[in-house]
Amino acid sequence: MINWPNFISQCFNGLVLGALLALISSGLTIIYGTLGVLNLAHGAMFMLGGYAGWLAYSYTSSFVVAVFAGAIFVMIVGVVMERVIIRHFYSRPHEDQLLVTFGLGIVFVEAIRFFFGGLSKAVPPPSFLAGITPVGFMFYPTYRLALLGIVVIALLALYLVLYRTRIGMIVRAGIEDSMMVGSLGIDVDKIFMLVFGIGAMAAGFAGIINAPVVSIAPDVGEMILVQTFVVVVIGGVGSFPGAVLGGLIAGQIISITSMFNPGYSYVMLFVAMTLVLVLRPYGLLGTAGRE
Amino acid sequence: MSQILKLGAVSRRKLLQAGVGVASGALLPPTLTTSALAVGDHPSIGTWPEGSKGDTVSIAAAVPRTGTYAVQGEDELKGWQLAVEHINNGDPLLKKIAPKVDKGLLGKKVNLLAADSAAKPNQAVQEIQTFINQNKILLMTGSTSSAVAVALNKFAQRERVLYVTGISGSNDTTGKDCVRYGFRQNFYGETAANAIGPVLVKAYGKGKKAAFMTPDYTYGHTVTKSVNDYLTKNGGWTQVTDQVSPLGTQDFSQYLTNIANSGADVIVNVNWGRDAVLSVQQAKQFGLTPKMQMVIPYQIPFLAKETGPELTEGVYAATDFWWTLEDKYPLAKMFVDAFYKKYNYRPEWGANNAYMSFAIWARMVSEARSFYPPDVISQYEKGEKFDSTVGEVYFRREDHQLVRPVVIVRGKKPSEMKNNEDYWEVLEVVPGEPLMQKPDAFGCNLGDYT
Repeated sequence: MINWPNFISQCFNGLVLGALLALISSGLTIIYGTLGVLNLAHGAMFMLGGYAGWLAYSYTSSFVVAVFAGAIFVMIVGVVMERVIIRHFYSRPHEDQLLVTFGLGIVFVEAIRFFFGGLSKAVPPPSFLAGITPVGFMFYPTYRLALLGIVVIALLALYLVLYRTRIGMIVRAGIEDSMMVGSLGIDVDKIFMLVFGIGAMAAGFAGIINAPVVSIAPDVGEMILVQTFVVVVIGGVGSFPGAVLGGLIAGQIISITSMFNPGYSYVMLFVAMTLVLVLRPYGLLGTAGRE
Repeated sequence: MSQILKLGAVSRRKLLQAGVGVASGALLPPTLTTSALAVGDHPSIGTWPEGSKGDTVSIAAAVPRTGTYAVQGEDELKGWQLAVEHINNGDPLLKKIAPKVDKGLLGKKVNLLAADSAAKPNQAVQEIQTFINQNKILLMTGSTSSAVAVALNKFAQRERVLYVTGISGSNDTTGKDCVRYGFRQNFYGETAANAIGPVLVKAYGKGKKAAFMTPDYTYGHTVTKSVNDYLTKNGGWTQVTDQVSPLGTQDFSQYLTNIANSGADVIVNVNWGRDAVLSVQQAKQFGLTPKMQMVIPYQIPFLAKETGPELTEGVYAATDFWWTLEDKYPLAKMFVDAFYKKYNYRPEWGANNAYMSFAIWARMVSEARSFYPPDVISQYEKGEKFDSTVGEVYFRREDHQLVRPVVIVRGKKPSEMKNNEDYWEVLEVVPGEPLMQKPDAFGCNLGDYT
């Protein structure tokens, strides 16, 4: 199946997948960049966004309400989680941070399984985005096309917040040197809470907008988490533009490899990550020395 | 008697007890004396006789309760739990399969232990190892993935502890990876292919182009090979593409794009569990179905419930059991009723397979009047026919595969469903024996008893 129409189609698949990975990874990377906490519950938050949205959808039948519910609920979960648990771990070793977030992830997943069972839940796309659209080289699900647009807008919004607002400036300064930011009299505590909330919200938002593509189940975040880490490593830990670039590259690697042999698509992704780690250990757009 | 002494019965009291046991053997019914005699007759093996010494014998399941096969794993676990309950209370259904079971097995209650394998072979083996060490289990089960089944097969043979598979569709389980200590109740790639093949050729005609979707492990590869071999040989079909995906794939867009560009008429979807649910849903999103026909050669419990009957309408599938067989087989009716009463839904084939595999084990132990593994194996290998929820069945001596029918179903239209679980219409119950390969065709070599 190596021909031009298939190649273009696969590039397109890669773009949609890559955009989604970019969005989830950007949440992970700004949390890590600012707080130094690698949030292993990020995949679970992606899943929580899907379930919160699904629940809202089942009561209101409105996809828009579902998207807001998914994003806001997970932001609240993120803020509460940061205030109650995570902030006590800022000064503790990375191993402790990994364990506590890993544990929280398990708690979220099993709580969902307990209350809602293991069967997949479907959230249909809004009726005007259902069906398929001819895009010249192939027929493409309309919602996936829309998904690309939605993710681009979300990433743009995140970019504007990070690069065009005072809060964003403080967050970026915090990524570089949080101690210096604190000594300038800025309430770093509040900023940390906010960053954790925004990072979580990115995952929750991605979780619900992805639900019409991949129906949700308690384990839906597990696979995504692995891919997200690869994206962050490729792009550069703590770098927002790096997460976007890493996401797009990962999407293309998975899709284009699968045109030749689908069995190798994830192998190639890890090969790419290994190459980046060998040649540029701090990632494509990362900064040397940033932890 | 010297054997008993060697086995550590050193106290005078124990020696006397054993002596009385052996001496009174001629006067008592065989069931009561079996263990004393067996200890005397055989050296210890695996967890025997330690595991059968108390009032309770333990058996264990390593079953996926998380991950891609979690939904099917939970269903299986319910089947095993029901079987153990029925063994312990001498339920009439169980006694139809195992007439000599009487409120327990050989006078002992059965205790079921379970752990989450997440469908990972190494995890399953570790858990069963723990159960062997700590609980001296006499039987292990588990697998909703043939990768686990194959691993546990080898482990069972090494540890000399009996293993009955959970769900396992790979030809290898009772083929090249078969073992003396392993037994499979359910249908598999080759029987599925030979049962559904004629139905597909009849329904769709000869000379069709098929795109396969294959999960990347032993189950996927052997089922795809069997189905493709049949369709190529008997229907003149061509495999235009085989899309191999790792277990746990979420986004099938790349695979579906390849299929869209392959010119296929039929998609033969061998994916299983959540992978099947997502690939069926996404094939619809990409507009591949209903333009191309979807076929499920190895049916997945809860598929129709998860995708909705709109997506399984008209889909042909081969399966082990479907609850409407209650109209055909009295034991199926008893099983569906008992299961529904306890769990409030109608069982899928995973639960039925689980129930049957334990019920059959109970039959073999009670007929052999012994927990001694080689005795139980020999009982299985007698190949005696007995009644099941799909009619009369028996084990094939050469490869430990149950000879049983395969059920062909077709997805019902939502408007034709008589209740909210009436997803499939049973088209045919195909007798098992003619569907099976010759016992040595897949390279089975069972290995030793001791």
